[in-house]
Amino acid sequence: MRTGVKNLFLIFIVLVLAVFPLVVNKNAEFGGADGQAEKIIGELHPDYQPWFESVWEPPSGEIESLLFALQAALGAGFIGYFIGFYRGWRGNHVKQKQTGELLEERDTGV
Amino acid sequence: MRKNTWVLLSILFLLFLFFPQQNAWAMHIMEGFLPLKWCLFWYVLTLPFLVAGILSIQKAVKVDPGVKMLLGLAGAFAFVLSALKLPSVTGSCSHPTGVGLGAILFGPWAMSVLGCIVLLFQAVLLAHGGLTTLGANTFSMAVVGPLAAYVLFRLGQRLAMPRWLSVFVAAFLGDLLTYVTTSIQLALAFPASHGGVVAAMVKFMGIFAITQVPLAISEGILTIIVFNFLVAHNRRELEQLRVLSREV
Repeated sequence: MRTGVKNLFLIFIVLVLAVFPLVVNKNAEFGGADGQAEKIIGELHPDYQPWFESVWEPPSGEIESLLFALQAALGAGFIGYFIGFYRGWRGNHVKQKQTGELLEERDTGV
Repeated sequence: MRKNTWVLLSILFLLFLFFPQQNAWAMHIMEGFLPLKWCLFWYVLTLPFLVAGILSIQKAVKVDPGVKMLLGLAGAFAFVLSALKLPSVTGSCSHPTGVGLGAILFGPWAMSVLGCIVLLFQAVLLAHGGLTTLGANTFSMAVVGPLAAYVLFRLGQRLAMPRWLSVFVAAFLGDLLTYVTTSIQLALAFPASHGGVVAAMVKFMGIFAITQVPLAISEGILTIIVFNFLVAHNRRELEQLRVLSREV
């Protein structure tokens, strides 16, 4: 199988794994449910009081999703840069090699 | 392999039928939800690993400055994957860790630093995890997870498993063991009155493990995709880092 096809197939499996719960479990809340931990700790140790508050909390769900999107975008942006850089570099490298010249050090700009 | 996955999914589906209303919670221990002495304990335990991580990164970069890009990739991968809160069969969401890739590339210590940075970002900006629990969370996600992933990858290669399978097992179990560690940490801090630490651990694990399995499978698959790209395009660096043996 060609790499591209193989990767598409693998990504498809990941998508299925993500969608499957939504289909079989239609009525679930799908919360991150940090509260669940509190509930269990509350059951085990009813008198436990959290002794520290988060320094800053996103003021709303929208701001929180903005920050999560930002986190994903920063990471994905770099991964995209990385893939593009090395694909391009390999292309050049192969061309250079054919004309009998070797490319010296790669300057990644990092 | 795929047959096993289906068997696993069927088992999960059955389990979910028995626990229709169980919610897990996001991966990290929340701010203030770990008694002070435990916070300090995990901080102290994590510190040597962070030092080892910094030294290991310095050494890798000194030997070959070309690995800086790979280091960035390992960090970026962990960044993206921790930002993806995926739904799971238990009807709640959690996120993968993405630390397996860096552990396979840079050995067991380097990811402690990168994972800690990711956790710090989430604790400060997203109120996800916490500063007091940073030591404990770094230990589970950035020490135990990567260590397990590294050992399993090497073991897989030693046993001459196909490379993609070694990568998958490493990333999958690295993710899952992070969760197991979190459960143990919480159980140690909050033992049940009947049955003590073990009973509490069963309680926390029952919630964690099931939620995390499909996500860990996804993490394994995504790690394979990135790793295959590296094998095709970055052979020189991978040989330098001794991830691949040099072709004679």
